[in-house]
Amino acid sequence: MKYLSEYRDPELARSLVDRIRERATRRWVLMEVCGGQTHTIVRQGINEVLRESVEMIHGPGCPVCVTPLEQIDRALHLATRSDVIFTSFGDMLRVPGSECDLLQIKARGGDVRVIYSPLDALDLARNNPDREVVFFAVGFETTAPANAMAVWRARELGVANFSVLVSHVTVPPAIVAILQAPDNRVQGFLAAGHVCTVMGWTEYEPLTGLYGVPIVVTGFEPVDILEGIYMAVCQLEEGRAEVENQYVRSVRREGNRPAQELIERVFKLVDRQWRGIGEIPASGLGLRSEFAAFDAELKFELGFITATEPLECRAGEVLRGQLKPFECPEFGGRCTPENPLGAPMVSSEGACAAYFNYGRYEAAAAGGSRT
Amino acid sequence: MCLGIPGKIVEVHEDRGLAMGTVDFGGVRREVCLAYVADEVEVGDYAVVHVGFAISKVDEAEAKRTFEVLREMSELDELEWMREVAERSLEGHDAGRPREAGGPREAGGPREAGQP
Repeated sequence: MKYLSEYRDPELARSLVDRIRERATRRWVLMEVCGGQTHTIVRQGINEVLRESVEMIHGPGCPVCVTPLEQIDRALHLATRSDVIFTSFGDMLRVPGSECDLLQIKARGGDVRVIYSPLDALDLARNNPDREVVFFAVGFETTAPANAMAVWRARELGVANFSVLVSHVTVPPAIVAILQAPDNRVQGFLAAGHVCTVMGWTEYEPLTGLYGVPIVVTGFEPVDILEGIYMAVCQLEEGRAEVENQYVRSVRREGNRPAQELIERVFKLVDRQWRGIGEIPASGLGLRSEFAAFDAELKFELGFITATEPLECRAGEVLRGQLKPFECPEFGGRCTPENPLGAPMVSSEGACAAYFNYGRYEAAAAGGSRT
Repeated sequence: MCLGIPGKIVEVHEDRGLAMGTVDFGGVRREVCLAYVADEVEVGDYAVVHVGFAISKVDEAEAKRTFEVLREMSELDELEWMREVAERSLEGHDAGRPREAGGPREAGGPREAGQP
């Protein structure tokens, strides 16, 4: 209970912990999907506080972590071109590609710029008509409405020197892939609150019936997560498998319809490689053919760039929940946030960085958090 | 990039047909696209913003509470990054936009990836 004192509402947190412990007649295995939730769970020591009642497996919901090496290498290639201004969310700059990262390209003189909104990249293109501006459109359903709008507006305003390198992924197919894996141990999910703010939760309803797993739409604050865990444990104890919404203050069943409509107009479902995991069918978003003129992969003919992931990083096992970050032999030694071997050590949403930054892995290791 | 940050809509306008507005995030202001919440928000309302886009309307109490929680969780690096990028872009070519210097966090260096 040592971390509960750090909570904003320690009494409520304590009461939720007690209720989870009372309710659980066995140790259940849950997965939180969102990297922001992983961050909270590890930082607050929720996985340790509840060790007897639930095992938390950290899911693949870190967009920085799952962007495939091939797309990183393509980004690096574009960033070295003298005619290109390469724009990206700040999180992507230190993700290691096959040979270097975007920050190193920038240090060597590449024109790499961090932007906050994809519309900033579009503005940059309009203000630099003699340069090609490429935006690295990554992320889950939370960034898709923004990225879709940038492409939509580029066409509307006729900004021909703007294009996007797309590496979008979506949550439901990843949940299916995890559930279909022969060695799956996950018995229930905390779905990502902000993803569901955009998409709602209707996509998850068929999964609960099909696979018999509870899915609880959950926020990212400590008390949200404890409540989400409690709701999932109650379902498991009662033999129920439904979608429930813990994050009622932000999420509606139908989500944000205007955002979904623009995503649908600009993007189509495509098969997508997930770094460390492999290809998941229909798990990504790619540009529809009407927007081919804004597709950096076509514009710059990037198809020749392929990459094979190095074996030394075991991110795939971490992302699939088969390996805790601190169990990796390179963790904290050859692999640190300053010198990451793989993406989960780079991002603040990555599981490896969360364990490294909060130093909770020693306690977790000593306590034997694996069964 | 996945966590949304709540802020207060202090001004609304159109940019060539697109609903935009200025949102105040605990003292840091920047231009935000309101197209996805245009039917439900007006000046004075609070919204959760992802990478420059308002995605959902929230009430004031929830917005303020979430903002404080994010601050305590040190999850506002993104805000720092947003502020720097916004200021740089304003300095560069669009000095007419509303801005307010200074963020809610005095301590702590800027996000590394956001540095010029």
